[in-house]
Amino acid sequence: MNQESIIEARGLTKNYGRQTAVNNLSFHVEEGEIFGFLGPNGAGKTTTLLMLLGLSQPSKGDVRVCGLNPVRRSRDIKKLVGYLPENVGFYGDMDAVQSLKYVADLNGINGQGAMDKIHEVLDEVGLSENRTKKVEAYSRGMKQRLGVAEVLLKDPEVMFLDEPTLGLDPDGALRLIDLIQSLNSERKITVLLSSHNLYQVQKVSHRVGIMINGRMVAQGSIDELAREKFGLGDEKYTLEEIYMKYFQEV
Amino acid sequence: MQGLLAVYRKELADHFSSYRFIILFALIAMVGFITSYMAGINLRENLGGMARPKFVFLMLFNLPGALFSLVQFVAFFGPLIGLVLGFDAINRERAQGTLIKLISQPIYRDAVINGKFLAGVTTISIMLLSIVLVISGFGLILLGIVPGMEEIWRLIVYLIISIFYISFWLGVSILFSIVFRSIATSALTSVALWIFLSFFVSMGASVLANSVAPVEDQGKANHEALIRNNHIKESVSLISPMVIYSKASAIIIDPTQNTTKSLILMGPMERLSASRFQNPLSLGQSVFVVFPHLIVLVALCFICFAVSYLVFMTQEIRT
Repeated sequence: MNQESIIEARGLTKNYGRQTAVNNLSFHVEEGEIFGFLGPNGAGKTTTLLMLLGLSQPSKGDVRVCGLNPVRRSRDIKKLVGYLPENVGFYGDMDAVQSLKYVADLNGINGQGAMDKIHEVLDEVGLSENRTKKVEAYSRGMKQRLGVAEVLLKDPEVMFLDEPTLGLDPDGALRLIDLIQSLNSERKITVLLSSHNLYQVQKVSHRVGIMINGRMVAQGSIDELAREKFGLGDEKYTLEEIYMKYFQEV
Repeated sequence: MQGLLAVYRKELADHFSSYRFIILFALIAMVGFITSYMAGINLRENLGGMARPKFVFLMLFNLPGALFSLVQFVAFFGPLIGLVLGFDAINRERAQGTLIKLISQPIYRDAVINGKFLAGVTTISIMLLSIVLVISGFGLILLGIVPGMEEIWRLIVYLIISIFYISFWLGVSILFSIVFRSIATSALTSVALWIFLSFFVSMGASVLANSVAPVEDQGKANHEALIRNNHIKESVSLISPMVIYSKASAIIIDPTQNTTKSLILMGPMERLSASRFQNPLSLGQSVFVVFPHLIVLVALCFICFAVSYLVFMTQEIRT
């Protein structure tokens, strides 16, 4: 297996009864890149992320995350990988600091170090001013940023972000995308960004993978995909054009 | 371990600051006060100037002949404490989207359910212990009697039995909160099971006994039919944890309870002689008598927890 890839999946398959959610999926993510994971709703993106974390057992196939097998070493992977689920929830009666304190406890970060870390990540996501406000009073964008803060608390090597900009207003989405980009460039965190917002993905991703009906129909940088689909040409294609082309073919 | 402790601490803090805990605690404290006050007043009036009977201190908890006592109250409504503490343990987390976040932290998945169960058991223990202590203090002031060593031991055994009994119901409600996605369904199902096992089983037991071994006329019925009828009734009603618990706690709290009595077999003369030579059971003998009951309650508790454990560990969690 390729030593350099931080995430490597081969022939990954997940069946639910007779239904196949993920079908013979192979892809890899290199260290330090932002990998845009594209696909319509129900394409199997979340299922794939859960299998990468070891929260769901693959029916077939082989996966390595940070060189570890999620089927056996799920807990070790979860130390290295931060996962921000789609529609992440919070305990409404806690404030940001309490929420983060609980996550810190769960990660075994204790004492004064934990409090310093909490204030550091709150600064990083821009929630310092609202840290004593109850989470139920947060806007959706603030909640997503708090979710990112919870992920950052464990100093992850990799972040899995599942539809992080879903339902955010343009301003909130932009802030979040900028945050993801700066985390990637400054903290050198590898990001696996699942989304169906093509514009945002195109903006930040180094490489993308397009998943339709449980299959990975294409992966590579946007230029590579354009070349593959439209032949050699000088004109620039947007991700949307490429995506629609793949989508129509399926 | 660190995950278990974190979940445990958080759940415990949640329990103690929740309204439902305060309401439950107020309810059980109120009942405790009223019953023990009535028992105390009753005892003071009746015992004035007489030699003190044995185990008078325990009568605060279960006065023979009283309409209602704390022991009976816990048998009837104790399950409700367990149910209320657990009915939304897992499905609330699922509904608000925190369960997936919880298990994507570097903890074992069982830490979630173990932490929640242990926090519930701790809450129940603290609740019961403080009520028993308050009533004891009440008795000291009201009656001016000091509990003997054996009475203290009996109270401890009673507490242990009660904690297991209520923990069983906590386990049931946590199981339903794992199985059912909707909070309302799990709440209703656990309450339905509680009502069925606590009230309908004993009713069903007599119906069944009467149809299998009918006893037409008490006066001239033959002994064998009576024994059979009674036997069926008792064995069927043992399905109910409440019956098991009531028997066990009554024997522990009331040492003069004649455990081998089957009055139905005794004629009036035998009954008289039996009551004349009634002596309290020693603590060891009482524990010996309730041991099977205790084992059943512990086993029920563990079976319930084991099933929830199995279901939870194999379930796929997406939200």
